[in-house]
This record gives sequence, C-alpha cells and structure tokens, in this order.
Amino acid sequence: MSLDSPAVDAHAVDSQALFRYVLRLGDLSLVLGQRLGEWVGHSPAVEEDLGVANIALDLIGQARLLLTYAGEVEGRGRDEDKLAYLREQDAYFNAILAEQPNGDFGQTIVRQVLIDAFQLELYERMTNSLDVRLAAIAAKSVKEVRYHLRYSSGWLVRLGDGTEESHARVHTALELLWPYTVELFAEDDLDRLMADSGIAPRLSEVRDAWMQRIEAILTEATLKLPKDRPHAWHGKRGQHSEHLGYILAEMQYLQRAYPDARW
Amino acid sequence: MEDKRQWPLYEVFIRARGGLDHKHVGSLHAADARMAIDHARDLYTRRQEGVSIWVVPSKAIVASDPTETDSLFEPARDKIYRHPTFYEIPDEVKTL
Repeated sequence: MSLDSPAVDAHAVDSQALFRYVLRLGDLSLVLGQRLGEWVGHSPAVEEDLGVANIALDLIGQARLLLTYAGEVEGRGRDEDKLAYLREQDAYFNAILAEQPNGDFGQTIVRQVLIDAFQLELYERMTNSLDVRLAAIAAKSVKEVRYHLRYSSGWLVRLGDGTEESHARVHTALELLWPYTVELFAEDDLDRLMADSGIAPRLSEVRDAWMQRIEAILTEATLKLPKDRPHAWHGKRGQHSEHLGYILAEMQYLQRAYPDARW
Repeated sequence: MEDKRQWPLYEVFIRARGGLDHKHVGSLHAADARMAIDHARDLYTRRQEGVSIWVVPSKAIVASDPTETDSLFEPARDKIYRHPTFYEIPDEVKTL
C-alpha cells in the first residue's frame, strides 16, 4: 500500500464512477487550497500568512495525488495538470462550500473548520478503504488535516470567545456558511456505490462524527449551532455557485493562454 | 502596561532530532503559548527542521548587560589552560 499503488484491484467498480468520486475529493482540496492562497500577502499577521499558506499547500498536495489517481482511473491520458487546468466549471465536483469567498479572516476560519472536520472524519475512515491507493492517500492526508483542524478550531475558539466584535463576525459567518454543509453529507447514488463497495465510508457515519466534533468546538467558542435549512446545492454534480468561475479563470489562465507552458 | 495591539514576543527553540539540544532559531509574535507553538511549527519546521519545539516568552529571558562585557568575559581570555587542547586524543575515540 503506497501512494503510487496501481488502481483498484479486488473490487471491480465502474471506472467512470470511481473517476468522478475521486474528483469530488480532489476538487474539494484543490478549490479550497486555491481559495486559501488568496490570503498570501494579506493575512492579519505575517505568522498567519505562513500558517494559511502551509494549509493551502497541503491541500494542493492532496489534490495532486487525487487528480493524478483520477486520471489513471479514467485511462484517457489526462494527468493532474490536465485535470486541474483544462476542465470546465461543470466538470468540477467539489461541494460548493469550498468555493465560497474568503470574506474576513473569521469567515475563512469558519469555512476551514467545517471542511477540516469533514476531511478529518472522512480520511480517518478511508484509511481502511478497499481501494489501496485511496487508503494510502487518506493515511498521508489525515496527518495534515489533523493539524489544519487544530489551527482552524484554535482560531474559531479565539474569535468566538474573544471580543464582542470578533464573536459577532464569526457568528454571522457561521450562519452564512452553515447551509452549505448539508451538501457535504447529502448522499447520492455515487456516494452510496462507493460506500457499498467498501471504497468510501458511509456519509451518515461521517456526519455523526463531524457533528460531535463541531458541537464541541462551537461550545468552546461560545457559538450556537445553526439550524439546518433546506439546500439546493449540487456542486458534487458539477452545478456550482457563481464563485467557482472566477477561481478557475485565475487558476487556469496561464495554461489556457499558453497551452503546455512549463517553467 | 502591556500593549494589547501587538501580540507578545516568543523565542523559539527547535530540537533537530532525538538526542540533540534544543537550539534557538528565532522569535515570533503570538497571542499565547499555544498559538506560539502553532506559529513556530509553521515558520520554523517547514523544511523538516525539527522533532520538538520549545517556546519561551521573550520577556522571561534575562540577558547579561552588554556594558558589563569586559568584566564578565575578558577575565577568561588569558586562561588558555581551561581549553582541553593539551590532551592527545586516541584515534579510536570518534565522538568527543
């Protein structure tokens, strides 16, 4: 079991389905990493500049492993770069929480806590995946994500249990972003197929663990758990908010303007 | 009174690997000790520089007075017999 293990073996799951599922994981990391990168040079302190950039680079690293694997599963000769730089918006399958704007530092931190806790619970379980490649990627990523959550939850507690203004700001951000978390756990046919095949954990199980973790963090941060509201987000199926287009425009500009450029 | 607009300063010490001493590597600003550890991890161990971090509030460090340099350090200058340079070291001794 290693990071360059060959594709799925024991179980014969449809490769197109696996391809799309791996992109869901990879795109979540890629888009969130790209978003975090926007803070570089703009963070509240030089120490945070490096902290946020480190997390962004971890996420891009995860995306590279996952997109490379997705390309191999697809078997049409697309590598990580082709998948990252030359896919249209509707072929991106990240949950749209990842593409939501940074807002102020508090809003970035709220988004980060919600996704870090999700990735942590997901990857912890995925280390047992029957897909040895995904299990290896999860084993590497879970160590990174554990630190990401330490960092983000530390900040959320500081801000939530901080001044009146910092509390109000993260409260507003939490209310704003909470509805998007529903999509992370909304199980569709693809999620079900992956869970049935032993490739991915059951999302309901991930959600229970995630909720426990989030509740504990929010309590410490003196923040109230928002109420669930109906949602109509389908980023995991390629239907995105208006924000993703801008992210991709910036991220893909160079490869589209100068195809196959290298340096 | 402490200036609340600026995070206090911490000194950072990193142990490169088991068995070695923690070495001073620099300083950083942080709101408290936990944040100082996080910042030290992010600033000073990005290239696998260490396996352990110490952070110490800079204000907890007591330094010698530069104006006393003469009286503190000069007297040791002519006592070369304190340097163990007169011993023959056997070839078998690799680490000393």
